[in-house]
Amino acid sequence: MAIPLVNAPARVRRGEVFEVKTLVAHPMETGFRPGMNGTLIPRDIVQRLRCRFAGADVIDVALSPAVAANPYVAFHVRAERSGTLELTWTGDNGFSASHSVAIAVE
Amino acid sequence: MNATRRTTLAGIAALAVAPFGAHATPETMRAAIAAVASGRPMREGKVTLDIQPLVDNGNTVPMRVEIDSRMEGADRVRAIHVFNERNPQPHVLSVAFGPQAGRASLSTRIKLGDTQKVVAVAEMEDGTLWTAGVDVIVTIAACIEGIE
Repeated sequence: MAIPLVNAPARVRRGEVFEVKTLVAHPMETGFRPGMNGTLIPRDIVQRLRCRFAGADVIDVALSPAVAANPYVAFHVRAERSGTLELTWTGDNGFSASHSVAIAVE
Repeated sequence: MNATRRTTLAGIAALAVAPFGAHATPETMRAAIAAVASGRPMREGKVTLDIQPLVDNGNTVPMRVEIDSRMEGADRVRAIHVFNERNPQPHVLSVAFGPQAGRASLSTRIKLGDTQKVVAVAEMEDGTLWTAGVDVIVTIAACIEGIE
């Protein structure tokens, strides 16, 4: 189980737009690279990153093999009330990782 | 020993001939963009696609895409799609923005297999499409080394 790294503020002002930076350890094997014996290494990528805040969608990202290994994704969230930021990654070969951060609105 | 050398050589030959199985081309990129546009016209503008023009290492290229939008009403950005010309596949990523998104912006790192053009397409709430493209020179392409 991959351990994601998530950088998000613990407290924000009401209505503030803040940046969330995420990174998850994953090889993002493209499926287009030949291995030691000349045959292609099978694809193994993170297909989707979904982020929700206080029960509503923030972003839903569909990733292709063109995203670099250990996918880093940063985006902006608007918080009107306190809530939990929930992040889930899903991918090939049953890959799944999740992380949540409680964010207090002052 | 002999078998090992043969397989190694076969691996190297495969690398030399085809580091990628198949390549995207400017045509396949246009087709991928047309699939998103589905007949709607696209205009230049609103989209900022930030990639360094000269990339030393194509394995990990920082990229930021941001749309000039207040994220309200018809001005809201529904989604951004990023495409490339010469990786094995034309699609890089797509992001759909929900009501809690504070800004129509996304930063990530991508792989670039060759010197090529990267294009971002933004889809607004009112259905209009905006685009921007950046030409990127790549000195060391991603996926040159096929062996782990």
